[in-house]
Amino acid sequence: MSILAYNGGCVVAMRGKDCVAIATDHRFGVQAQTIDTDFEKVHQVAPKMFLGLVGLQTDILTVRERLAFRKKLYEIRENREMTPKVFSSMLSNFLYERRFGPYFIEPVIAGLDPKTSEPFICNMDLIGCPNVPDDFVVAGTCGEQLYGMCETLWKPDLEPDQLFEVISQSMINAFDRDAISGWGASVYIIEKDKITVKKLKTRMD
Amino acid sequence: METVIGIRGPDFVMLAADCVQASSIVVMKSDHNKIHKIADKIAMATIGDAGDSNQFTEFISKNLALYKMRNGYELSPKAAAHFTRRNLADYLRSRTPYQVNMFLGGFDDKEGPELHFIDYLANAKSLPFGAQGYGGYFSASILDRYYHDKLTEAESYEILKKCVAEIQKRLIVNLKNFNVVVIDKNGIKNLEPITSVKLDAAIAAAQGAQGVRAH
Repeated sequence: MSILAYNGGCVVAMRGKDCVAIATDHRFGVQAQTIDTDFEKVHQVAPKMFLGLVGLQTDILTVRERLAFRKKLYEIRENREMTPKVFSSMLSNFLYERRFGPYFIEPVIAGLDPKTSEPFICNMDLIGCPNVPDDFVVAGTCGEQLYGMCETLWKPDLEPDQLFEVISQSMINAFDRDAISGWGASVYIIEKDKITVKKLKTRMD
Repeated sequence: METVIGIRGPDFVMLAADCVQASSIVVMKSDHNKIHKIADKIAMATIGDAGDSNQFTEFISKNLALYKMRNGYELSPKAAAHFTRRNLADYLRSRTPYQVNMFLGGFDDKEGPELHFIDYLANAKSLPFGAQGYGGYFSASILDRYYHDKLTEAESYEILKKCVAEIQKRLIVNLKNFNVVVIDKNGIKNLEPITSVKLDAAIAAAQGAQGVRAH
């Protein structure tokens, strides 16, 4: 079994009309055994930017800490806020530094540009090859199922409340077909002037 | 083959670990303590490679002591868990990784009791309860069934007894004795070890009281 699927979990992000959404499951396991059910893989890294990391939990923690450090240094040196685009370049470079001994994670970035409020979503593989589409990005042990759900439910220019519905249904129905993801979910809707966090109650088996 | 169990109550943390020291298929001793005191109110129950678990816990505890001497105050349990995880993570990608799994239990005067799961990959998570090692497969469901957030020390000890009884009944490996430690606002205290001798006696007594023939 792949080391990327050792702890299980999934993250998905979607673009809407002047908004983006990102969702995570809550499971933390060691192979098939569930250890805890409140491990969120999505973190707020800036007022309007979220970073989701799935894969080996130890690397999720390490990468999150190291990135926070680099981002702070950038913001002190440059005296300005980091845009999602710059943040994803930084992450890509950071991961490629470990090209031949990588961190076993798949990142997802979702956010709005702090100045223009342009929606931005991006995902990468474990060595930092970026993908910036204009619909949705998926990551995790039920990535295939997520692609299927997103492909059928997503359409362009969704309003925030519609986007919430689409991302939640995609997430729930994808991870219910995966034994090592699920146990509840959190959804973050990022708009120009507000961020909404919603916890989803799902099947707990 | 080894087992550690941890339970976090509202004002205490309880750790239990088996006492077997084995080399290959031979049990070398069955009164080996695996729960180490690493600060005034922090203990670590470590299993894994015999040499590694001693070396690593000692390395962490001496660094915590050094931190206290340098700064005049102790690292909180959360900070200690963070420090432990970070060291394990750095060693994981070195030529000499430590093969250790542990529970770090501690009591913080401000934050209250804390229980941290850390494994040899440096996966780490704060938990209400958990178990590691082969015994973990048998204990998880018992802990799920009996855990609640108003547990007392006595109740918690009873749950541990249930876990140990199940391990001794179903696990092929002979884990005779379990050391138990409780950490609360007063510090670290050793409780009476849970042993197969005592559990058997208790079961026999209970069956005797019900008039069931013990075999």
